[in-house]
Amino acid sequence: MRKPLLRSFSLRALILPALAFALSMFFGGLLIALSDSNVLHKASHPIAFIKAAGASAGNAYLALFQGAIFDPGLAKPHQWYLAFGPLSESLVGAAPLILAGLSVALAFRAGLFNIGAQGQFIFGAMAASYVGFHFHMPIGIHLVVAALAGTLLGSIWGGMVGLLKARTGAHEVIVTIMLNYIALYFLQWILGTTTFLIPGRNDPIAPPVLQSARLPLLAGSNFRLNAGILVAFAVAVFVWWLLNRTTIGFKFRAAGANTFASKTAGISVPFVMTSAMAVAGALAGLAGAVHVLGDNFQLTSGVAGNFGFDAITVALLGRAKPLGTVLASLLFGALGAGAAAMQAKTNTPIDIVLVIQALVVLFIAAPDVVKSIFRLKSLKTAGGLVSKGWNG
Amino acid sequence: MSLELRGITKSFGALVANDSIDLRVERGEIHAILGENGAGKSTLMNIVYGLLKADAGEIYVNDTLQEINEPSDALAAGIGMVHQHFMLVPVFTVAENIILGHEKSKRNGTLDLDQIRADIKRVSDEFGFEVNPDDLVENLPVGVQQRVEIIRALIYDAQVLILDEPTAVLTPQETDELLKIMQKLADKGTSIIFITHKLREVKIVADKITIIRRGKVVGTAQPSASQEELASLMVGRHVVLNPDKAAHPIGEVVLSVKDLAIKDHFGRTIVKNVSFDVKAGEVLAIAGVQGNGQSELAQAMINLEEFVEGSIKLGDDEIVGKSVKRALDDGIAFVPESRELDGLISTFSIAENLILDRHDGAPYAKGINLNPKVVKEQAQEDTKLFDVRFQSVDDPISSLSGGNKQKVVLARELSRPVRLIVASQPTRGLDVGSIEFVHERILAERDMGRAVLLFSTELDEVLALADRVAVMYRGEILAIVPSTVTPQELGLLMAGVVHA
Repeated sequence: MRKPLLRSFSLRALILPALAFALSMFFGGLLIALSDSNVLHKASHPIAFIKAAGASAGNAYLALFQGAIFDPGLAKPHQWYLAFGPLSESLVGAAPLILAGLSVALAFRAGLFNIGAQGQFIFGAMAASYVGFHFHMPIGIHLVVAALAGTLLGSIWGGMVGLLKARTGAHEVIVTIMLNYIALYFLQWILGTTTFLIPGRNDPIAPPVLQSARLPLLAGSNFRLNAGILVAFAVAVFVWWLLNRTTIGFKFRAAGANTFASKTAGISVPFVMTSAMAVAGALAGLAGAVHVLGDNFQLTSGVAGNFGFDAITVALLGRAKPLGTVLASLLFGALGAGAAAMQAKTNTPIDIVLVIQALVVLFIAAPDVVKSIFRLKSLKTAGGLVSKGWNG
Repeated sequence: MSLELRGITKSFGALVANDSIDLRVERGEIHAILGENGAGKSTLMNIVYGLLKADAGEIYVNDTLQEINEPSDALAAGIGMVHQHFMLVPVFTVAENIILGHEKSKRNGTLDLDQIRADIKRVSDEFGFEVNPDDLVENLPVGVQQRVEIIRALIYDAQVLILDEPTAVLTPQETDELLKIMQKLADKGTSIIFITHKLREVKIVADKITIIRRGKVVGTAQPSASQEELASLMVGRHVVLNPDKAAHPIGEVVLSVKDLAIKDHFGRTIVKNVSFDVKAGEVLAIAGVQGNGQSELAQAMINLEEFVEGSIKLGDDEIVGKSVKRALDDGIAFVPESRELDGLISTFSIAENLILDRHDGAPYAKGINLNPKVVKEQAQEDTKLFDVRFQSVDDPISSLSGGNKQKVVLARELSRPVRLIVASQPTRGLDVGSIEFVHERILAERDMGRAVLLFSTELDEVLALADRVAVMYRGEILAIVPSTVTPQELGLLMAGVVHA
């Protein structure tokens, strides 16, 4: 109850994810080596084979690191700091993911499985984009209004799910999956209407968001790093506060952990369902807004990418805790940014990174595998989150 | 067959669960092992049955040393066990369950159940079990499922039968039947080790009693010993089993239930025509065999039931149709039947569980801001008042024993101003010490002038606490009688028999 923010995520809790990540990197490395024809040609000479395999995996991971964090090759005379460009890219990609991940995590804690972050993200992006290019407002105010519009629309799109569940018992997993489709096709339709078309053109791309509504850059014009990451961190602290320090969060957690005991104690479970989904929707909507106002600027049908689904993964990886979700999102942001560089520099398929991401999740979901590999008998792990949700 | 244990010792880390225990069970003897929860009874029996390995000690069967490393060794030596939680496959028939692990095929490759059916019938007839080999286990009452377990042990030649808390899941009638079955088995030469903490049953059925406390044998007793003596040996201090129930002035009507009917989700009537009053300073016990509508009636008192007709009045306030929160705020304390499911959130801390129903207002919260410091301080105070044993109020509630968990529930429900206490099976699964505490607490509340509505299936509990007893049978109240009623009369009423 009275744990400070940082201590609530103890070092012990990090051991398992760290080991899972290490294992995933190991298996990913094997895969990289075995998919490299230079390595396979040396199969008849064991020592040369191992050397080549090590070099292949090593180079790929070096490229991955350079694409994600720090690349000395990008430094210019008197502008050494340009080498940090990749880090900026990683953070730009992590910001919306953190917000969408928090959306899924918060719903998890209230016992709801929000598969709908993708749809809520789309509506958030749509609203932020429209406010961003259509209206003219003073700098600052424009940004806030656009972000709030995205948050609000996401909240409505998510809250609807909770209301349906509270009133009719409709399961949130099915409803959110369907609403994701509706959101996507609605976006495709609206991008073709005159409201969203750039005058004189007919390709489905919305006008760019005006400068007054864009998130300010944090590290100068050489980097795309914008205030979105600060918004994401601040919202993570807000979600932690909401869950652990307020009566509303108490109700969310109580209903999420045991509906029967919550009902018996007089907590209104329909209220929890509706309001938790509304807050979750708001977070995913804000994620969409941050993506459009900080990174993408122009709304397209692919604006949401895979954010809404990666959000589920990072929430799972972060054990539905705010700090955990932030760390997992940063990791995924870095992997995402590094993957392109890895492909460009070493011809390693970008899919390898997806495999590594999948392996991390797999090992986290099956902690016993990791524990038996590293012989960590004593390490206690919290029960899986995956098993929850369906009967909620 | 005789069974003897010599110097059985087993520790888990620093905890010594069994400390050189000696025990001898003769052929055809019912030997009760009496002890509180956590005294080491189950550990001892798991060692005998080969589920655990002892650190030291020997097991003798018919005075010859026997190595028991796994259950198959125990079975081969003629030792059978009926676990507290049955090891049956619900979707299998009785015969299929019993043949499980001993399957034989017919010539055409299909499962041969003919022999096992005949065996079941033979054993069933011999002891009057009335078990049909082709019934699905999931359709059988708990008492019959237990007989299936016993039949299984007998068919595979168990001559020493270990029964681990066999009556914990049974109704009083089923309990009586089981006790009769045990006697029959013993008469035919089966030795029975009867693990329990229920004194009444021990006195009825046991030939010899061994009492275990904190992993040690602290004494043996004859069944002629009084319940008080046995309880005191078990707990290690003097225990009051029948708390003093001083005559007490009874006040005004606090709870008035009229023509109450409750339906379930399928529209079936679960409770009907229920009317009664509970007055201030009075304990009204609703007795009855489990499953006669008591659970639903208890839930309806704070509006947890959806389809309710009739009226429940707390003072002048109508409860039916209000929210659960309003019912609680109006002054009802509610101790639910299932602590684990309805009373507590196992992943929450002790402190958080103490504010489940009151986190909204002062002093715990200001606006929506919870004040962790106050929550913690109040938790320290409440737990001290209710003698909850724990290390830190931040520990998860799941780290507490059953008795301490129930004390947390009581602390939460009783440390706010209430007029009525609805307590449903408040001592189910608790050890003697905790039962004593809960009983004293309920009577103390009564003496302070609160109305108490107690739901209990335990005859002893009903008679110890109630001022009046209402007996529920098939959803209706069959009769309301004074607490001077004898256990026999009460038992008959619970079985639905009304005197002419």
